Amino acid sequence: MSEKVGIKELSPIDVYMQLPRTNCKKCGLDNCMAFATKLVNREIALELCKPLVEEKQYAKAYEKLWGMLKPPVKEVTVGSGEKAVKIGGKLVMYRHELMLHNPTAIAIDVTDEMPEEELVLRVKKTEGFSYVYIGRELSLNMVALRSTSNDPEKFKTAVKKVVENTQLPLILCSFHPEVLEAGLMTAPKAHPLLYAATKDNWRDMAELAIMYDCPLVVFAPNDIKLLRSMTKTLIEYGVKDLVLDAGTFLSEGLSDTLANLTMLRRSACRKGDDLLGFPLIGTPITAWLEHSDVPEINMWNEAYLASMLITRYADILIMHSAEGWVLLPLTILRQNIYTDPRKPVAVEAGVKTFGNPSENSPVLMTTNFALTFYTVASDIESAGVDCFLVVVDTEGLAVDSSVAGRKLTADKVAETLKEMKVEEKVKHRKLIIPGKAARLSGEIQELSGWEVLVGPRDSSEIPKFLQEKWQ
Amino acid sequence: MKKVGEKEEEEKKAFLKFSPELFEILSKLQEVELEDVDLDVGDLEIWLQPSTVAAPPKVVAPPTVAVPKKVKPSTIIEVDFVPPIETYPGRIVEVQLGATKSAGGTRGKSVIIGGERSPAYYLFENPTHHPPAITLDVFDMKIPLAKAVKMHVEEVVEDPVAWAKLAVDKFGAEMITLHLVSTDPLLKDTTPTEAAKTVENVLQAVDVPLVVGGCGDPQKDFKVFQKVAGVAAGERVLLSSITLDMDIEKSAKIAQKHGHVALAFTSMDLNHARELNRKLYEFLPQEQIIMDTTTAALGYGLDYAFTVMERARLSALMGDQELQHPLSSGTTNAWGAREAWMKMAPEWGPRELRGPIWETVTALTLLLAGVDIFMMMHPAAVKTAKEVISKLTTGAVRGKPEQITDWVTMKI
Repeated sequence: MSEKVGIKELSPIDVYMQLPRTNCKKCGLDNCMAFATKLVNREIALELCKPLVEEKQYAKAYEKLWGMLKPPVKEVTVGSGEKAVKIGGKLVMYRHELMLHNPTAIAIDVTDEMPEEELVLRVKKTEGFSYVYIGRELSLNMVALRSTSNDPEKFKTAVKKVVENTQLPLILCSFHPEVLEAGLMTAPKAHPLLYAATKDNWRDMAELAIMYDCPLVVFAPNDIKLLRSMTKTLIEYGVKDLVLDAGTFLSEGLSDTLANLTMLRRSACRKGDDLLGFPLIGTPITAWLEHSDVPEINMWNEAYLASMLITRYADILIMHSAEGWVLLPLTILRQNIYTDPRKPVAVEAGVKTFGNPSENSPVLMTTNFALTFYTVASDIESAGVDCFLVVVDTEGLAVDSSVAGRKLTADKVAETLKEMKVEEKVKHRKLIIPGKAARLSGEIQELSGWEVLVGPRDSSEIPKFLQEKWQ
Repeated sequence: MKKVGEKEEEEKKAFLKFSPELFEILSKLQEVELEDVDLDVGDLEIWLQPSTVAAPPKVVAPPTVAVPKKVKPSTIIEVDFVPPIETYPGRIVEVQLGATKSAGGTRGKSVIIGGERSPAYYLFENPTHHPPAITLDVFDMKIPLAKAVKMHVEEVVEDPVAWAKLAVDKFGAEMITLHLVSTDPLLKDTTPTEAAKTVENVLQAVDVPLVVGGCGDPQKDFKVFQKVAGVAAGERVLLSSITLDMDIEKSAKIAQKHGHVALAFTSMDLNHARELNRKLYEFLPQEQIIMDTTTAALGYGLDYAFTVMERARLSALMGDQELQHPLSSGTTNAWGAREAWMKMAPEWGPRELRGPIWETVTALTLLLAGVDIFMMMHPAAVKTAKEVISKLTTGAVRGKPEQITDWVTMKI
């Protein structure tokens, strides 16, 4: 099993040969070959093949297929209930190969020596973090509780406070097993991530992970051989869910940090190394170990370090900075890295209404590329203009590229106006088009019978444009 | 909880105390009132290849298989680790920018980029051959700038020569990009002769290698480059940029004749990038071509910019000769993101920090895709990018475990 083929090299034929090949259609597809192709593309679940799962004769084949199709990086769940977070489960190294799943989970730290009020506030703030980006809410995912006291009693109290105040999954951090145990006894069902097993404490940590059925971080800073030996040992010991930490270094060792993460991910994805096929954790919080005169410098360092870890394979991050200017670029970067690179981000075409438009209100037009649409929408909203916005289906392309690529044509605009019955909404026949579609103006006028006004090139100037040019 | 106003006051105070290090340049918080900037977000809009949409894969349920009971180990079972090294048939060409006296120019030193044999910072395979370069933006006329940037260059925005000097003397620029935006027929329509004069003046004022940027109008840029290439003959200037809609033969011949380097610019399409390079090969040697596949801002298409660059680099290493060129990034585009320049609700922090971190994150993301030369703007972003590059290349130091083992108990 050690030299298994990479996910990308898996051929539908190999998968097909293990299937029942009866073309029973129980999976909803016409034949087993179609099912095999979808399996290889990760577009369908294996268990939809009912005979495979249910009939004894296929048990071996099922096991084999499961081995072939399981992600090279194991998926690990932290926490329980609705807010539980899945990490890892990676199929590939590069986002252009297949969409990456399970976006990097971001945890914010608290300590067992924080005044109660501060701890609760920090936990609430973490859970309350929210920013709407392209119509999606960006949020933080976990709370990391560090035992700075090394005192089991204090840790117990802190765990209690945290679980009373949030549903977010926990990372319990201490190198002392008795401290973690105290925490686990307080929240036995929380299914936290335990940080961390080292070469010195691994047996006790393994016992805790097994007893409380928790995933466990393996910490071997800058020593992948030790890391690998420890995962081997812990797996033999009976721990199932591991998370790997080869250390996050900033000023001295940043090059090691990136090289280690890259080696770990490549060993899993390209070499099929099961011992390293686990989620990776980064701790940008180590930026705070370095002295600086003002906290903003640590925040700045932590922010850029975290961004590099998001790009380079980290499945989970522990951070200290809770500042908006640190977390906003990181949550947006994470969203960017974890979108499907094959799929243009699009919104539904149609007529959107802003404010309370009347039959004399302006009619504007844009494309259905999500970024374009939300930018225009937010400009209209912030200006408080009453109007209609016709969103033309350009297959998710922006204005200039859809004009160039002939996805935005006069035909299409005329057709959309007609289909959406825009003439029933207003008395006038004036359409404001984006400045970047100016060259379509004559043709749109001709085909639709609407008078075309060429609007600004940037939607931020829409309010000014309307003020000057409308009525 | 502290009141919002109080918190802002505190932040201000903290910044004003900053040491002359990194945050000295972020510390001018006196001017925080909203001033809209006029960056052309549209320029950042991107071209996407629509393709079939795949449903998200489902997690496969594990079959139930009996696992034999194992004896629990009592000591660590030692296993080996073999670094997953691969070899690549391709290599990125080395491109030299700026020519010293001995090479026929007048630059104090030249900068060499490219030469990679491995993906970016796969340092277990190969060290990075040449550290990526950073070139600072200078504009030949007053243009709308984000507040966080403007405060650092306020005195020089109408004088490109003074601006270039400031960039070199105060911000330690190893290269300068002189953007001849005033040549735009829709703006000042500066003549090629006048523009060339500005280039000459800047070349005399600073001795770092120079990038010369046009206005984006293919006809005008050609005329401007024609003049510029002549007055800067032998200086090995990077002409930014040559595009598919220009007269490629004539443009390339200008670069060839006067010993300059062409920046081949395409918009996020590797087929276009290959096509442009192929056309350039007829007139220019490989070592005189750098590629720019378009940089979009964090949050505004950075994902596509990143993936196009990463793919270009991986294909090049796998042997695609038409992509074996150093990559350039117009990282300044990061400022097109509203989150970078706009005043937002207080919980998102001052834009004097949000802006430069936006540019920094955009740069570092693309650094990991393989970018070799960054065109940047904010001094703090430039400083950070430089430090990171040093940590990953010439100044790389091994990480010592004992440095970080205390993070769990650290008091902050």
